[in-house]
Amino acid sequence: MSHPSASGEAAHGDGAMHEHHGSLRGYLTGFMLAAILTIIPFWLVMGHVIADTWLTIFIVLVLAVVQIFVHIRYFLHLDARSEGGWNLMALIFTAVLVIIVLGASIWVMYNENANMMPMSPQYRHHVQGK
Amino acid sequence: MNTTAIDSAASVPPEFLCREEAPPRNGTLLGFWIYLMSDCFIFASLFACNAVLGSNYAGGPTAAEVFDLPGLALNTALLLVSSVTFGFAMLEMARQNKRAMLGWLAVAGLLAAAFVGLEIHEFLGMIAEGAGPGRSAFLSSFFTLVATHGLHVTLGILWLIVLMVQTTKFGLNEANVRRLQCLSMFWHFLDLVWVGVFSYVYLIGVLR
Repeated sequence: MSHPSASGEAAHGDGAMHEHHGSLRGYLTGFMLAAILTIIPFWLVMGHVIADTWLTIFIVLVLAVVQIFVHIRYFLHLDARSEGGWNLMALIFTAVLVIIVLGASIWVMYNENANMMPMSPQYRHHVQGK
Repeated sequence: MNTTAIDSAASVPPEFLCREEAPPRNGTLLGFWIYLMSDCFIFASLFACNAVLGSNYAGGPTAAEVFDLPGLALNTALLLVSSVTFGFAMLEMARQNKRAMLGWLAVAGLLAAAFVGLEIHEFLGMIAEGAGPGRSAFLSSFFTLVATHGLHVTLGILWLIVLMVQTTKFGLNEANVRRLQCLSMFWHFLDLVWVGVFSYVYLIGVLR
């Protein structure tokens, strides 16, 4: 790759290998953000702060997604430049497939449960009798 | 067919969209990243299982009854601090400061070991209460997902010990630096997966 690396890094031979260590400030910023994004959902759930369960679930999910981006940015040091953009490509590809797998499974199985034929009392007795 | 048209087309130099060499020079880190993405699929399918089966209690204990949230908060903190201390080790590695790096790696490893210890303690407690993986579909999916993550952390600790011995014996040569960078990605990736576990499996599990 032709990253214009600083002369100090180029002296180590493989410039690309020394590019994404991050900095102390980066790790501490990531840690602070991750800690805040962890404390809020714990507080919401343990303290029963919001009466509406679905709203709480939604907020916890959103905070988790935000925290995942914080980890990617500050701990994994992933941006559009790392490995010439191939890392990001692989991540986007994975994210799309993961969303399809998770979203479709939940969607299909939710409908499966709703569309299940009700068990006849006779059969229910048979199952429980085993 | 008009042959002159073909000739003139062939004389135009081809134009490529990707002008740079692919794959990039430092292929190992990209390869390891793609492995992590495949690991992502394993966790995604286990998360999907948990999403589908998470409230099938089969008359057994519910998520709210078996999960210990203060213990979970401690576990989450251990893993997050472990992730950050591993980052500090990588900063020391960049400065070629081997002793400080080994020190931070040891701290990260011990924190992760405490995490695994607490998790095993939690599992054994649940099994003793009759909430083992065989009790209900909810518990099967819970144990499969969380134990898969725990197994990853355990193997990460093993890998960490091997690399600490390697670095002590052979120093921070190019191969060891590369291996430590891979382990660093693995370590941070497991913390990232844990965000999904504590948010979705535990916190939302308790709510629904």
